[in-house]
Amino acid sequence: MSSKASLTDTPAKPERDRPWMFRTYSGHSSAAASNALYRSNLAKGQTGLSVAFDLPTQTGYDSDHLLARGEVGKVGVPICHIDDMESLFKDIPLDQMNTSMTINATAAWLLSLYIATAERQGTEAKDLRGTTQNDIIKEYLSRGTFVFPPEASMRLTSEVVSYTVNHVPNWNPVNVCSYHLQEAGATPVQEIAFAMANAISVLDFVRDRAEVDQETLSRIFGRISFFLNAGIRFVEEMCKGRAMNKLWEEIGRERYGITDAKMLRLRYGVQVNSLGLTEAQPENNIIRIALEALGVTLSKRARTRSLQLPAWNEALGLPRPWDQQLSLRTQQILAFETDLLEYGDLFDGSHVIEAKTAELLAAARDEMNHVLEMGGAVTAIENAYMKQRLVESHTARLRAIESGDLKVVGVNDYRETVESPLVGEGSSSILKVDASAERNQIEALEAFRARRNSDEAARALRQLEEVVKNGGNIMPPSIEAAKLGVTTGEWSQVLRQVFGEYRAPTGVSAAPLSNASEDVSSVRGRVDSLSKELGRRLKILVGKPGLDGHSNGAEQIAVKARDVGMEVVYDGIRLTPEEIVQSAQDEGVHVIGLSILSGSHVVLVTDVVDRLRKVGLGDIPVVVGGIIPDDDAHHLKNSGVARVYTPKDFDLTRIMDEIVDVVSESNAA
Amino acid sequence: MPPERRGLSASDSSDAAALAMDVLAGDRPALSRALNQVDDDRPQHRERGLALLDALESGPRTKGERGVRIGVTGAPGSGKSTLLDALVMGLRARDRTVGVLAVDPSSQRTGGALLGDRMRLGSAARDAGVFLRSLAARDQLGGLSEVTGPSLDVLSSALDAVFVETVGVGQSEAQVIDLVDTLVFVAQPAAGDLIQFMKAGILEWPDVFYVNKSDLGTLAARTAAELRSGIDLGTRRDPDFQPLVLCGSAREGIGIDELLDAIDVHQEHLKTSKQGELRRRTGRIARVRSALATRYGRFGLACLKEGAIEAFVDASTKASVDRLSDELGEQIEEALSKG
Repeated sequence: MSSKASLTDTPAKPERDRPWMFRTYSGHSSAAASNALYRSNLAKGQTGLSVAFDLPTQTGYDSDHLLARGEVGKVGVPICHIDDMESLFKDIPLDQMNTSMTINATAAWLLSLYIATAERQGTEAKDLRGTTQNDIIKEYLSRGTFVFPPEASMRLTSEVVSYTVNHVPNWNPVNVCSYHLQEAGATPVQEIAFAMANAISVLDFVRDRAEVDQETLSRIFGRISFFLNAGIRFVEEMCKGRAMNKLWEEIGRERYGITDAKMLRLRYGVQVNSLGLTEAQPENNIIRIALEALGVTLSKRARTRSLQLPAWNEALGLPRPWDQQLSLRTQQILAFETDLLEYGDLFDGSHVIEAKTAELLAAARDEMNHVLEMGGAVTAIENAYMKQRLVESHTARLRAIESGDLKVVGVNDYRETVESPLVGEGSSSILKVDASAERNQIEALEAFRARRNSDEAARALRQLEEVVKNGGNIMPPSIEAAKLGVTTGEWSQVLRQVFGEYRAPTGVSAAPLSNASEDVSSVRGRVDSLSKELGRRLKILVGKPGLDGHSNGAEQIAVKARDVGMEVVYDGIRLTPEEIVQSAQDEGVHVIGLSILSGSHVVLVTDVVDRLRKVGLGDIPVVVGGIIPDDDAHHLKNSGVARVYTPKDFDLTRIMDEIVDVVSESNAA
Repeated sequence: MPPERRGLSASDSSDAAALAMDVLAGDRPALSRALNQVDDDRPQHRERGLALLDALESGPRTKGERGVRIGVTGAPGSGKSTLLDALVMGLRARDRTVGVLAVDPSSQRTGGALLGDRMRLGSAARDAGVFLRSLAARDQLGGLSEVTGPSLDVLSSALDAVFVETVGVGQSEAQVIDLVDTLVFVAQPAAGDLIQFMKAGILEWPDVFYVNKSDLGTLAARTAAELRSGIDLGTRRDPDFQPLVLCGSAREGIGIDELLDAIDVHQEHLKTSKQGELRRRTGRIARVRSALATRYGRFGLACLKEGAIEAFVDASTKASVDRLSDELGEQIEEALSKG
């Protein structure tokens, strides 16, 4: 399908642009299972890889760590050491592959394992192509897999940048993600502004720390890529891409003195929006995904370099290979069947598109400058400015869905439906992760530790610690450590000791109170009278057990609970069941709300319930929210969970009403 | 309206005594139950809470003396939570058990509140020797809810040290001073509000000043100097104690040990001078007065004879503040009904 072939073989056909890169974000259970999946995806015409790591790997824990329990192999592949990485890419020649790795706090480590693996395959680092996400700012804001404080994190990010620019020159060391900002509620203006402020913070840090010359700075600038979201308002989303193009070029010229036009071009990939995918009438998502894909490919000037489409059933559980195939075929139809790639930019000269683009550009520039004036993205993390703005926007969005101002077909309108044959088979319409995956992974890890040369591994760790303490670049000792059999948990532990761990501000306290709709007032009345019966105000604990850091849902529940008059202890992310029970006891709460999106709900929630019983707090009801398949929901309810909520329960006010029921029932009992 | 009263039944009384024993022994689940009980505003449960508080007031702690009460105040952004985290961990390193009461504002409109302190506290919130309870300020605009006092009474009868952290500045200082033995003020270098604090007279209260973020160098030194010269012993309530002014950086863990030592120095001063006893008495009187003012207003307070509260407090040193408030409340009600 190359343009060359079309010129010589069929001269009658118009010349087509090269299509974007087709990727699917995937990985699960084990390195071997993920490897099989990658090879089958490549055989179907996928042109790049996108590796999903499990949460222990993303947050720097080995599979046998206490916090890893229930999380191993759930949202991605567990990678503990070089042998795992080697089997992940078995029979996939890395010199011919373009690999995107969604990895942040531990990016330097996973890249080191990748480089060491390539070397085992006989490929030099300079020939590797791909991307490490390595964007820590948005982890604090939305995704929650940060580990270290901002200053240390920025240092790690910048060291990957200054290493790759010379040693892995075709690597994109940082993929600034506005994707997760939109998932966290960002408006298009906020998405552009915060992403740009974020990129600037990285570039400033690299420039100021390493004293790079102008030529290197230009190459670094050209290597910073972006990762955007594509929502259902696809015309506006296209304009967003055009506005970002312009703003990025402006920043390059004015702030960094870049003149090379090639380096000034905005390079971005897209993952199509998962937030807007619905659990109700899930087949509708097929159309949503196609339209969103169209939005980011339609305009040649703002066309994505690579595209990842979610599966239609992601709101139900883990997609099966067939579901992912459908998403890949959607891309292939768009690229190869339609005439999209035969034209120049379709919108040049369009007054409507130009006006919308200009509007977004102006507003985004203002907001970006506002963040820069307060001291930049890192300051705006520490003082919670950006987080607060996102929580506000997200709250407004959910309220609009509740009130019906924002229509979601099949969810708050047009809900009548016949039974879908696609989900008729119940739990068989999603993928079940092999329950033995965690055990097998831990056994393999123990075997690896037993067979490696532990003296050499210990020596590598000492050397790593020395370099980290003395401010040297982390990459060389990390690559050495990868080769000498150091594990993910060991590498991270050295950094945890030197840098400390960080907890980011939650931003929830600034969310404005909702206007009292009739429903909200009625629930408030019920909270007031139940509080009188209880003798003190209804108090709820909201928290996220396990390693999943997607805190948007939990934050919205916390804000809503406050709005209806509850006292809310928001315990945030990454809690062990033991810690949750401890806070429930110390705080004297009447009810506990847990949120989990990583699929580890059964293990972690039943553990919380059991521990509550053990300390004599079995009468505190527990409600759970997350992506929880029906079978699991039944299981949880049988174990004593009072209510289970899934993405189809969008009406937060109704959830609050039910929480009042739950507390009322347990109090009467 | 005053709470309705009910005679203490035998079972209530023995329950209260048993729970008090467990609290005094430092039992964690008992602490939590006790905090729930003193927060219970159902009239029929009032007596149960008062009996508990009385038992705690008179009962000796199983391990050591009654816990030290420390207030931590300062402007938003001065790094109070980071400092508190470091202080708590510092005390844990000295093998002392620690309680924290963290007060967050409530919405005046809905009564709802977001209590974020467990998050703000970081590692200290996860230590087994640390008991943390978040409180909503409830109907006290910018101040402390009524349950703060009794909650401190509960925690200090079980733990070696108890911190109360407030969010706002201003009204809450004036209230927290009646509750604590030692008040720590967190200042940040070159904060313009230092002048404001001086004007507001807030510099008269703290016993220890901690100039945070002193990695800012000369700015911090200047702020410390300003503080030292701004403190006028003549206007302070305790003219015998020169308040300590320290510099440090909570984030880097600098000056934490010195601050803990300073708190100990002040505690020693309270013990060896008559200030400790004086402060306890003044605090109890102020708390009773404030409770009565909240319930009956100035008009109600005026029903009591001049010096009546002082005399009443002095006459019953073993009774809890809440008991004293209730009994004096009855006198006011009687006077009002005769009217």
